[in-house]
Amino acid sequence: MSNTATTPDKARASELGAVAKFFKATELDTRMLGMIGAMLLIWLIFNILSGGLFLTPRNLWNLSVQTASVGVMATGMVLIIVTRHIDLSVGSILGFVGMIMAVTQVEILPKIIGFDSPVTWIIALSLGILLGAAIGAFHGYVIAYLGVPAFIVTLGGLLVWRGAAWWVTSGRTVAPMDEHFRLMGGGPFGSIGATASWIVGILLCIGIIAAIVNTRRQRLRFNFPLRPMWAEIFLAVVGCAVTLGIIAVFNAYPWPAKTAADYALANNIPVPEGGLFIAHGIAIPVIILLVVALVMTFISNRTRFGRYVYAIGGNPEAAELAGINTRWITMKIFILMGVLCAIAAAISTARLNAATNAQGTLDELLVIAAAVIGGTSLAGGSGTIIGAMIGALLMQSLQSGMILLGVDTPLQNIVVGIVLVLAVWVDTIYRKRTA
Amino acid sequence: MSSLKTPLVEMRDISISFGGIHAVDHASADLYQGEVVALLGHNGAGKSTFIKILSGAYKRDGGKIFVNGQEATINNPRDAKGYGIETIYQTLALADNVDTAANLYLGRELRTAWGTLDDVAMEAEARKVMGRLNPRFQRFKEPVKALSGGQRQSVAIARAILFNARILIMDEPTAALGPQETAQVGELIKQLKADGIGIFLISHDIHDVFDLADRVTVMKNGQVVGTAHVNDVTKDEVLGMIILGKCPPGAIPGPGASNS
Repeated sequence: MSNTATTPDKARASELGAVAKFFKATELDTRMLGMIGAMLLIWLIFNILSGGLFLTPRNLWNLSVQTASVGVMATGMVLIIVTRHIDLSVGSILGFVGMIMAVTQVEILPKIIGFDSPVTWIIALSLGILLGAAIGAFHGYVIAYLGVPAFIVTLGGLLVWRGAAWWVTSGRTVAPMDEHFRLMGGGPFGSIGATASWIVGILLCIGIIAAIVNTRRQRLRFNFPLRPMWAEIFLAVVGCAVTLGIIAVFNAYPWPAKTAADYALANNIPVPEGGLFIAHGIAIPVIILLVVALVMTFISNRTRFGRYVYAIGGNPEAAELAGINTRWITMKIFILMGVLCAIAAAISTARLNAATNAQGTLDELLVIAAAVIGGTSLAGGSGTIIGAMIGALLMQSLQSGMILLGVDTPLQNIVVGIVLVLAVWVDTIYRKRTA
Repeated sequence: MSSLKTPLVEMRDISISFGGIHAVDHASADLYQGEVVALLGHNGAGKSTFIKILSGAYKRDGGKIFVNGQEATINNPRDAKGYGIETIYQTLALADNVDTAANLYLGRELRTAWGTLDDVAMEAEARKVMGRLNPRFQRFKEPVKALSGGQRQSVAIARAILFNARILIMDEPTAALGPQETAQVGELIKQLKADGIGIFLISHDIHDVFDLADRVTVMKNGQVVGTAHVNDVTKDEVLGMIILGKCPPGAIPGPGASNS
């Protein structure tokens, strides 16, 4: 049955070269592979220049934690840019929401429910998410229903929420965070350890294989062209190998000797010769990023809402004529962005173990750059969550690599700016060639 | 015979103006089951605007719309679709960046038991309906912007007939088509008509529609010049209505007739 459906594709495939045949069979996105290739190249260069310091478990683990906050926001920025809007206020929302969460858990809740209450972090985080959603809803309402361009509304938001973050405590830094809340920022205790990391890795592998099997089964059901079996197996093996490889790297980064020694002392664990090896495993902020990315990918690919977001980006008038309530969809996108800002604020506040009025300054530009480098077109209509995540990782790699090399701060900004423009230029050429 | 007495759609005294310009000025038209009414007029005569009020794309300033004799509330495209009114727009109104199936089901996606998009089922249905309209069409996985003008047009037509429309509005449906495809659309219109669907056919070229239509309604400067059965008037007389606004004896004159 399925043979009849695959015939035309086979006929076409035979005319292609070996490389093209490979890409056609695996249906891999060559643009995405190019981006990953560029990132690996950057990593290699940093590794050589730093004398092997870059590609170490410790640095890669730190890189993953540093990416989390911007990565979370970049997933939302994709949807905003896809619908031909922009959000310049994400850094300021992060600052304001972070400040409110900090004040809640440091100055308000202890008076009501006492210090070290196990629910403090839940209340603070929930409040932050509600506040983020409310701010996003307000922006979205003004943009969608009052018709003020998103650029202007969020430019206003950039100033308003930064000012608000300052105003709440008159510019005072609030610290330290609640003990449980702090886990969202990573660190030795904010990581899930070796065993749990392997379990997460294995679950991800099962997920990859299940997705491949499910796609094949669905296509078989309706006699659609199938990927060749070798391509399916290749994708499954590579996907699982990469996942488990990353887990192995995270598990190769031990706790600091002092922390491990203290922990051993507190728990009566005998310390072997040469110190105790306790692996970090995946950091909790990275787990959060992973969950956010999965949820956002699901939303954008598998739900009506996601389909409408892309349709609006492709042709707003057509979406409206098709009966889509484009205003409400626009407002929902900004609510989502507000919630993601709140999650990013929690990660960043927890990691810093403090809230400052300058937190998240210029993050909006990193987030937009991550989305754009990740293939989101400012003309609207195209962009992927996974692309934005890789874009965020690429931006963070550049920054942390240059810090590792001791490059001066002004020069760092110059390099990041040039790379952004270069990346988009290369992408423009690529799109022209493949269109 | 009762279906002949009660029009499927009646638009009565419809007006709309854009900043002082009366794009449509007290225009009326009706449509019966299984009938094709051609809406003719120059570019800028107001025919597209008039019909976009029926499809919900524009909100009228005055006038009433009746569907099956009942007054209908049409404030947006969703309302119109609720009454079984489907539209093929002149601009096609396709989301260029998504594929054929996504366009066909835009706004009315099929969903699985989990509430997620059922892309596979939508694509299967898309293959069925496109197979009927354009059997050689194979490019289901590509975004619509990669398709040719004729293919895009067939996607727009397929979208309108996919949902059991009772009233179909076709705004210049053959504008992007070659002679063979135009003939196909003609066949399709006859077939839909036989199914009892009422069709508003909009064109600026009477040769396209004269053979297909049962009646013609001619507009000029936002007003209706007149309405006539195609058997009661000649092509030349209809041309006179379009160009001069002159209503021939075989037609029922409207407010826009110059000799009334």
